[in-house]
Amino acid sequence: MVENVTPTIKDNMREPIKASEIDPKFKYQLTKMHGAEKLLKCFQCGTCTSDCPVARYSDSYRPRTILHMARLGLKERVLKSDTLWLCAACFTCTDRCPQDVEVASVIRVLRNLAAEEGFFPAVFKDQCASVLESGYAFKIPELRIKKRETLGLPSLPKGNPESIKKSLKGVNFMKHMKNKGESPAKQ
Amino acid sequence: MNPLPNSKYLIFLGCAIPYRVSAYEISSRKVLVKLGVELIEMPEFNCCGLPLDPVSHETMMILAARNLALAEQQSLNILTLCPGCAGSLKKVNKILKEDKTLREQINGHLKESGLEFKGTIEAKHLLQVLKEDVGIDNIKKAVVKPLTMLKVAEHNGCHILRPKEYIGFDDPEDPQTLKALVEATGATCLDYIDETECCGAPSVGVSDKVALQLAKDKLSHVKQVDAQALITICPFCHIMYDTNELRIEKMFNEVYGIPVLHYPQLLGLALGMTPEELAFSELRVSAKKLLEQVNEGAK
Ligand code: SF4
Ligand code: SF4
Repeated sequence: MVENVTPTIKDNMREPIKASEIDPKFKYQLTKMHGAEKLLKCFQCGTCTSDCPVARYSDSYRPRTILHMARLGLKERVLKSDTLWLCAACFTCTDRCPQDVEVASVIRVLRNLAAEEGFFPAVFKDQCASVLESGYAFKIPELRIKKRETLGLPSLPKGNPESIKKSLKGVNFMKHMKNKGESPAKQ
Repeated sequence: MNPLPNSKYLIFLGCAIPYRVSAYEISSRKVLVKLGVELIEMPEFNCCGLPLDPVSHETMMILAARNLALAEQQSLNILTLCPGCAGSLKKVNKILKEDKTLREQINGHLKESGLEFKGTIEAKHLLQVLKEDVGIDNIKKAVVKPLTMLKVAEHNGCHILRPKEYIGFDDPEDPQTLKALVEATGATCLDYIDETECCGAPSVGVSDKVALQLAKDKLSHVKQVDAQALITICPFCHIMYDTNELRIEKMFNEVYGIPVLHYPQLLGLALGMTPEELAFSELRVSAKKLLEQVNEGAK
C-alpha cells in the first residue's frame, strides 16, 4: 500500500561495470570542489550507510556505495542516478564518518554536478523559479499574506526579485531556468 | 520583563513559516517579547538558500550571503525560527568570514545588486537565544503556570544540531538544550528510542515512502512512552508530524492522536498565555485533551 504513493526510484547501481564507463580522472575533478576535498580519505567502513536514516527504508540508497562509485570513476552512472536524490541532508554521516569525509557534502557536490548536466527532480526547478519571482522558495498565496494582519502579524516584506536576479545572473545553474523544458530525473 | 540588554534581533522568517506554519511564528513572537527579547522586522529578505543547495551550492551561498549583507546594513544579529535557515546562514557566515577567496567570489555576485558581505553579524536560532540570552533560569523564574501535569517528548531535528562543525551549540548525539527548555516549563521530558532521528521532510517529493516511514517511526516511539505531546522547533518537522499524522495513521493502519506543539506554544502556556493567543487552533492534530489536562492540573 505504501509503495503506491511513491514513484519508483530507478536503481542503476547494481549493473556490472564496464571498463568503458570509467572516467579515471573523475575523483580529481571532485576533490577540487568545495565540500568534496576529502573524498579520497574514505576507507569504505560503511558507517555512513549503517547510520543513514534513508538507507534504512530505501532498497537502493547507500551513501558508501555512491562514494565508492564516484571514486571508481563511474561518473555518468552516479550523475544520472535517481538514487542520488534520496539523501535527506540530515548530516548524520558527516558527523560520524571516522575519516572526516563530509559525506553529505560529497553527495551534494555530486548532485550539483548532475544538476549542471540537467539531471535533477522537477521540484527544484519550481522552487528556484519561485525564488526568482518572489524571493521566497514557496509561492506564498496572497490570502496567506493578507491573513497575517488578522492574525496580528507584521506584514511580510516584499521580496526583491530584480535584485536577486542580478545576484544570481552569473550562476551556472541559472541556464536551466531559461527553458521551461522537463528535467530528465523523476520527481 | 524589561528588554534584556543586548538582546535585540532582526527576525528572519524564511519561506516555510509564512507559507504554512503561522502558529510557530505567532507563539514565538509572543514568548520572545514576554521574555525581554526585542524583535525588529527585516525590511527585506529572501529565501535562506537551503532548498536550492542540492542543485547549486553557489546559489545557496549567494542567497544566504544576501540575507547576511541585508542584516549587516541594520547592524543587528539575526534570529531565525527555522533551523534550516539558521543552518544555512550560520554555515555561510562562517565560511565567508574565514575563506577570503570564496568571500571575494560571492561578493562578486552580490556586487551586481549593490550588496556586500562584510562578516560583521551573527545568526542564531530561537533555541540558542532562549538558552544563551534569556537563560534557562530566567525562563523558570518567568513561569507562572508550571506544567507539572504534562509528560511530553521533544524532537530537535537535524539542522539545529548538524553538522556540528558549523552549528555546534549542543551535542548532536545527545542534545540537552531543548530538553532543559521543556523541563523549564515544569513538564517532564521523556526519553525515547531514536530521539535524534531525521523527520524525513527533505525526502518528501523524492520518495514519500521513505519520508513517511521515518515520521511513522518517530510517532511510534513517542507513543510507546505515552507522551502527551511531541514538541518541535522546526516548521518542517512540524509538518511531518502534525500535518501528516492523519495520513500516516491511515497509511500504516495505526492510531497515534499525538498533538505536536511548537516549543513556544508549550512555553507560552507556562508563561500564562491562553491557547488562543498561542494559535493552538492552527494545529491539525487537536490538543484539546492536553489543554483540558493543563486546566485541570492548574486547579
Ligand atoms: S563513514 Fe566515511 S570512511 Fe566510512 S564509508 Fe562512509 S565516507 Fe567512507
Ligand atoms: S545526510 Fe544523507 S547520506 Fe548522510 S545520513 Fe543523512 S540521509 Fe544519509
